[in-house]
Amino acid sequence: MKQAVAELRGAAGGGVSLAGVVRVLGGKPVLDGVDLEIGPHERLGIVGRSGTGKSTLLALVAGLDEPDRGVVSVCGETTATGRLARCALMPQRDCLLPWRTALDNACLALENAGMSRAQAKREAAPLFARFGLAGAEQLRPAHLSAGMRQRVAFVRTLLAGKDVLLLDEPFGALDAITRGELQEWLAGALADEPQAVLLVTHDVEEALLLCDRVAVLSGGRIAAVLDVDVARDVSDAGFVELRRRAVEAIA
Amino acid sequence: MKRWLPSLALVAAAIGLWELVVRAADVPDYLFPAPSAVASALADDAGLLADATAVTAREMVLGYLLAVVLALALAVALHLSAVLRRAVLPLLVVSQTVPTVVFAPILAILLGYGIGPKLVVVAIVCFFPIVVNAVDGLGAADPELVRMMRTLHGTRWGLFRRVELPGALPMIFSGARVAATYAAVGAVFGEWAGSSEGLGFVMLQSQPSLDTARIFAAVVILSLLALALYGAVTLAERLLVPWRWEAAGA
Repeated sequence: MKQAVAELRGAAGGGVSLAGVVRVLGGKPVLDGVDLEIGPHERLGIVGRSGTGKSTLLALVAGLDEPDRGVVSVCGETTATGRLARCALMPQRDCLLPWRTALDNACLALENAGMSRAQAKREAAPLFARFGLAGAEQLRPAHLSAGMRQRVAFVRTLLAGKDVLLLDEPFGALDAITRGELQEWLAGALADEPQAVLLVTHDVEEALLLCDRVAVLSGGRIAAVLDVDVARDVSDAGFVELRRRAVEAIA
Repeated sequence: MKRWLPSLALVAAAIGLWELVVRAADVPDYLFPAPSAVASALADDAGLLADATAVTAREMVLGYLLAVVLALALAVALHLSAVLRRAVLPLLVVSQTVPTVVFAPILAILLGYGIGPKLVVVAIVCFFPIVVNAVDGLGAADPELVRMMRTLHGTRWGLFRRVELPGALPMIFSGARVAATYAAVGAVFGEWAGSSEGLGFVMLQSQPSLDTARIFAAVVILSLLALALYGAVTLAERLLVPWRWEAAGA
């Protein structure tokens, strides 16, 4: 029944749905019955301790992995290939190609899709100005700061033109100050984008600052889903209360 | 230049010591010629040696290029097919226990006294380090990067040409540089097995007449040829893999 509902909802429009998803890795159920709905334009944060299956969940949504039980549907697509066609993944490490310039790195998905390098560059160039990367186009990754590299990685993900963006701890490897700057930057960048976003992070504050809803993953299940209906201000009383509830659910 | 200074000083000191010892002990030239005797052999037989050098250099370069092309083709095939890799790679490693230069006489019988058998010997000797490094390099792509590529419209061909191949270039060049130092040995063995020209042939010809200085002169030229080939490969790497030097802060 749950599966049928998930398929119906998926077919009705965009968005992501997981119904009764179980994934066993190394004889241990990493995900043990996950139910989750993400609207077509919604930004959902997934928080949890390290090793609670956050990345496994992203891989399932992306179509890089198949569940042992249950259904994963992305914009109505339930096959791995179908999901792959709808999702773009931004890994924790920027994974920029050291031999390509920043602009050429951003062009990767367009070139993979068959566009010529020149045409891809024309498409990508305006995004560099928009995302605070003007002047960095011709630099190779070795000459970019960690924050700049992460921005290029985000533009690369965006240019894939997918319906769902999967961000796997995008700022996990950054220092605290750069991290704060980029969180603010990403909030602005996502505000203008219509895609559904799944943000995996172990930083509750980051999830609350960037997302519409935050799901807490614990013991292989969704332990809580919190609506972020408070001011996005770490000193706001409502924000503090929400953070307390999230941390409680993680433990 | 400064980087090479210690090495050059060491070589100069060794040559000086060699000259001193040979003169002090009054060693005859046919037994062990002094550097000065080698130098005068280089000057006296300049014409003969220049012709021989041209022949051997050609064998080295063409044989080396043959090895590079074949090795890269095989490496790509092994990379793309796991079955082929499991079948061929162990055999390739075992083949290295055979001293390949022993095939030189057989090749001379099969292919005659021309350049053909020399190219094959040089190619056989240079082949292995290039294949092994290329296969390792092609398979070394970061798995996270590969997963990401799949979500960015990545096809098998796109992954190969945009990620795996450029990423393997540093490893491929490591193998190619090692192989470059083997080319001279291969060419000389090829010539020893049967030839009428080249530096290896000059060495054989000089032996009965006890012209040891000329043999040493040929060895000096062979070393310089190997060094030149190594330098050319390193230069090619600088041109084709510029990001590596930039990243190293060079």
